[in-house]
Amino acid sequence: MDQLLLNTGFPILSVLIFLPLAGALLLLFTKNDAICKNIALLVTSLVAIISIWLIFGFDKSSAQFQFGEHYSWINTLNINYTIGVDGISILLILMTTFIMPFCVLASWSYIKTRIQAFMICMLIMETAMIGVFAALDFVLFYVLWEAMLIPMYMLIAIWGGPRKIYASIKFFLYTLSGSILLLVGIIWLYTANNYSFYIPDMMWQDYSLTAQIYLFLAFFLAFAIKVPMFPFHTWLPAAHVEAPTAGSVVLASILLKMGTYGFLRFALPITPEATVIMMPYVLWLSIAGIIYGGFTALAQSDMKKLIAYSSVGHMGFVTLGIFVLNIEGVEGAILQMINHGITTGALFLCVGMIYERTHSRELKTAAGLGKYMPIFITFLAFFSLSSFGFPGTNSFVGEFMILAGAFEFDTSLGRFPYLALAAIPGAVLAAAYMLRMLQKIIWGGTDNPDQSWINDLNLREIVTLAPFLFFVFWIGLGPQPFLDLIHTSVVQLLDQFHAHQATTVAAANVLLN
Amino acid sequence: MLFLPELTLLGAGLTLFIFSLGKPGSGKIRNLALSLAAVTFLATMLCINAEGTLFYNSYKVDFFSQFFKVLIALATFIVLIFSGKLDGIEEDIQPEYYLFLFMSVLGLMMLVSSVELLAIFISLELSSFAVYLMVPMRKAGKMGGAQVEAGIKYLLYGVVATGLMLYGMSYIYGLTGSTHLGEIADKLSRMYNQPAAVIAVVLVLAGFFYKLALVPLHFWVPDVYEGASNETTSFIATVPKLAAVALLIRIVTLVTPDGNVMTQVLMVCAIASMFYGNLSALVQTDVKRLLGFSGISHAGFVLLGLLTFDLTGYATAMYYIVGYVFMNLACFLVVCAVAQNGNNVSIDDLTGLHKRAPLLALTLTVGLFALAGIPPLVGFTGKFMLLVAALKQGYLLLVTLAAINTAIAIYYYLSVVRITFCTDDADRGSVITGRFHYILCFSLILIIIIMGTVPQKFIDITTTAVQTLV
Repeated sequence: MDQLLLNTGFPILSVLIFLPLAGALLLLFTKNDAICKNIALLVTSLVAIISIWLIFGFDKSSAQFQFGEHYSWINTLNINYTIGVDGISILLILMTTFIMPFCVLASWSYIKTRIQAFMICMLIMETAMIGVFAALDFVLFYVLWEAMLIPMYMLIAIWGGPRKIYASIKFFLYTLSGSILLLVGIIWLYTANNYSFYIPDMMWQDYSLTAQIYLFLAFFLAFAIKVPMFPFHTWLPAAHVEAPTAGSVVLASILLKMGTYGFLRFALPITPEATVIMMPYVLWLSIAGIIYGGFTALAQSDMKKLIAYSSVGHMGFVTLGIFVLNIEGVEGAILQMINHGITTGALFLCVGMIYERTHSRELKTAAGLGKYMPIFITFLAFFSLSSFGFPGTNSFVGEFMILAGAFEFDTSLGRFPYLALAAIPGAVLAAAYMLRMLQKIIWGGTDNPDQSWINDLNLREIVTLAPFLFFVFWIGLGPQPFLDLIHTSVVQLLDQFHAHQATTVAAANVLLN
Repeated sequence: MLFLPELTLLGAGLTLFIFSLGKPGSGKIRNLALSLAAVTFLATMLCINAEGTLFYNSYKVDFFSQFFKVLIALATFIVLIFSGKLDGIEEDIQPEYYLFLFMSVLGLMMLVSSVELLAIFISLELSSFAVYLMVPMRKAGKMGGAQVEAGIKYLLYGVVATGLMLYGMSYIYGLTGSTHLGEIADKLSRMYNQPAAVIAVVLVLAGFFYKLALVPLHFWVPDVYEGASNETTSFIATVPKLAAVALLIRIVTLVTPDGNVMTQVLMVCAIASMFYGNLSALVQTDVKRLLGFSGISHAGFVLLGLLTFDLTGYATAMYYIVGYVFMNLACFLVVCAVAQNGNNVSIDDLTGLHKRAPLLALTLTVGLFALAGIPPLVGFTGKFMLLVAALKQGYLLLVTLAAINTAIAIYYYLSVVRITFCTDDADRGSVITGRFHYILCFSLILIIIIMGTVPQKFIDITTTAVQTLV
């Protein structure tokens, strides 16, 4: 337990996890729709405010898990309620708590039926999502990881678009069948580790290479589907397109990050040798995702689909950054996870706002909005610029670091930088599809539909979008505070990773000689 | 005191018999049956800590048996509550229906206490024959002769299974010279890997495989589930499974832990059941048939706990079957409530249920997600612990196949949830639910969630129960 700094004071993490759940219970007994919305907004905002304390209480110089809590849950199997935060998870938790209130705001007038149930689903989602990032017990992690499927399924299946049934079932089946072998892997680790589900105990152990490869494949299937990596991405466009705005935002901003978080938290420390062996394949799959996502996005006429495919490309950058296994790459990947959450979340919100007005997600019907929605277009333009990594915006920093990591990876192998070069067209493609969308929406052509009846954003919508813009520029212009938070943990992770490699190689050499 | 629950049931049966001679009204007889079931439940609760043996050591009252008796009584009580006015049964034979129901419960209660082969046989037959009669008692109505066909099928297959079991018992007697489980265990321990002993034990197990609906003795399930009235199916799908698992545990403990051959036999049955049940369920359109096939796959899961041959495994299997009964009760409650005039319920009949009866829709959803094994519901916790128990013994392949089955199963559960929650249909009338339904729905949902999230207490209880066996 020495990796866990127990929290003796205010149990902040548990409060963050259970406050939304308590809010959901409260909503069960609230019949009035307006009160439901207000309670949900209040609870999510409260969670966001409380989570600020995490930043101030977090010790940046330590790679330990902080704010730890540890209670016994199921003694018979040695399952515990163990939670904690380190540099890898803190930003993700903060992003979750900050995005949720805006998801509630974005659903204010978008969701018209069964509002109570909708808000309950959102709040249960928040509990599960924060819990997944904070869990340090593998069973707790898995329970929350799977429990999320039910409310997310409901969000898509009840409040979704015309093909919601297909999309929701595809989402559920894909994610569930991906993670089912993860469960077997977890139980195997439990038996191999003295019957303990404590995640830090499982890290940096000397499992046999065969076991590691099987474990890695189980991890990979679960996490690659969640990311989603090419070629496991097909559930994503369907789910994104059909989900209501808030559902798309939660999906894009937070759920996708769980896959990449899983790689960092589990695949690297638990199966380091297998990671090295599988690394080239994962890297090239990432590249494939970047290029494929870019080209497909270029061909879309549905705005949500366009952004969904752009997500495949952006998440390809993230996995690329993780698996080049150097500090620039991994830090860039974590930062890019946050960036993608902010930018893509905001873009989905923007599309949702158009959809509320025109009831269509087609680029054609949205053509020429620029003239009548100047405020909206300002927001949209900045988020689009951020999406393709324009200098000065957040994604530039992230993508730059990832590409730097990729270059360093190639040069450290003493070879021509294939990898980084292969990823570059992705950045160009991103500019192409984003500018194409922007051009269509702002100016369109000579045959624009009549948009003069459309109102610009109201105050609620401006309030929803403004914080996203704030973070786009903050991370774009001054990313250092964010990098400081994650730096120590990443350094520690990679140090241990390479040290473990060295000892294994040394041991192998001794055996050979 | 030791025999109180059984005596209560016997008294209940006699009372119902007397009433069946006259012509009591449907409501009156229902209230009588309900109160008798409640009294039985109280009686089992009173005797939960009783211990002792009866009838020349052939009848053992211990915490294991008493625990199962409580659950049997409770499940029967719940089934009776949501059966309502027995829409599926002709009014003039309702007293007889209740009579047979109570006789069947009596048989099951005697079964969980029996520790002697003949006692086991007699109690099993008592419980089975009553149910054989209950199946064809359904109103003919739209069914044509399907209910009679179901009854005959149930009877014929049941008799074959019993025959196999008796044959196995004769082997056991021939090998050990005894009919007492305790003595048999002693003597079998010296020859557990002999073909004769393995065949004997497997044949005896066959009788209970039949009750639990395990491959290869599952043939009756779909037709009987579909042909029997909703109330009868609710009973068949829940209460006897408890007794079957109790007896399976009792008999499996006869075999010494390193019974390799036995393990393999059980493993094959488990895998075959899971795949057969889940794959067949994928194409069903009738809710009861679907639940029947899902029951076959769940029976396979229960075997995962038994084939570990250790106490935690048995305790987990017990925990799982208890959870399973509650999940199934939740689903059948909805089936009975939605059915009109006791007709079968197809998946389409659930269209728009979230509008017609929100609470029922929620109950069904929770029940189905629990059956599918989604955390934090009891189905997940049970499955998870079974997988842990099996992997502790090193059965990686088995565990992987079981896990894959969970993924297959999710599809058909989801398609039912989808119909209930995501479709609207204004044409279908609202579903009438009584006060009892509200209380029952809430309690079942709560049980399913609580057993899933804080299972420690329940595991402790089942562990204590299993420990009294050795």
